[in-house]
Amino acid sequence: MNNIFVLLEGENLHIPDGFLSAPVWVACGAVSAAAVAVATSRVGKDMEEKQVPLMGIVGAFIFAAQMVNFPIASGTSGHLGGGVLAALLLGPWAGTLIMTAVLVVQALLFQDGGITALGANVLNVGVLGCLLGFVAYRLLRRLLSGTRGALASAFITAWLIVVLSASLAAVQIALSGTVPLRLVLPAMAGIHALIGIGEGLVTTAALAFVLRVRKDLVYPLCLPYSRQVGEAA
Amino acid sequence: MKNDRWIWIGLAVALAVGAILSLAASSSPDGLERVAEDQGFLAKAARAPLLHSPLFGYLFPGIADDRLATGLAGFLGTLVLFALGCGVGWALRLGRRRGA
Repeated sequence: MNNIFVLLEGENLHIPDGFLSAPVWVACGAVSAAAVAVATSRVGKDMEEKQVPLMGIVGAFIFAAQMVNFPIASGTSGHLGGGVLAALLLGPWAGTLIMTAVLVVQALLFQDGGITALGANVLNVGVLGCLLGFVAYRLLRRLLSGTRGALASAFITAWLIVVLSASLAAVQIALSGTVPLRLVLPAMAGIHALIGIGEGLVTTAALAFVLRVRKDLVYPLCLPYSRQVGEAA
Repeated sequence: MKNDRWIWIGLAVALAVGAILSLAASSSPDGLERVAEDQGFLAKAARAPLLHSPLFGYLFPGIADDRLATGLAGFLGTLVLFALGCGVGWALRLGRRRGA
């Protein structure tokens, strides 16, 4: 194997510097900066005291879990993204901020994910996972009511977000002229359809655990939905 | 807060995952790295990184034993995220109370 491979071996790999062209990373950076600004202004005005340490724990856990690459088919591994999990516990806005914090620390302290690609990584893993994940989970949760329905919704949402994130990354890489879309999109979506199963399992297990031991730590709008009681199940 | 035991249990779980479970991580390339390697654009990543991070490769510097270096890097990173997350939460809450 060549030196490049050795350099990257054993690392998690968010998008590094060099995969994205300047127009693409600038545009992604602008979108992410806007999302972070909105998230900062929208974090619940009724933020409770317990949400302060919860933000610390969710950030710490997602960082730690991202280090644990699990094997999938054909000498390839996957690791947690965590955006949907962050949204389930912290809500979409605080979740976006925590995912951003994780990606910033990984880029600065661990050189995991490029500095120029930071906006794209925040967009793909953080913003998409937390905002779209939150909306998708809430829709599914109403269809599949009850605790089991909430857990199934979390699994489906986590899987879907991983595939969409990977597809979005593929589009960014292709728009940058790095590799044709017709090659990179099916490859990224295909591999991440497998990785998404791992994401779904970890997200669902974490939600089930918190629902069981400290239900009050789940973001109120993400609690299991009951048709009789409505929102406050 | 009176009943804050969950905070320390949560942190302990995160630290155990980051410092211990991380040692069992698969070293195979992840999804993006696999695709980049298969499709021949992985080389584009290595040209002159813009920054040399102190904990590059999730290894604590200056430690010969890779497992110890990974465990320490994971422990440190997990603590940094805990502190940063609490800090961000604290600052947001402070801002809200002042009506910012």
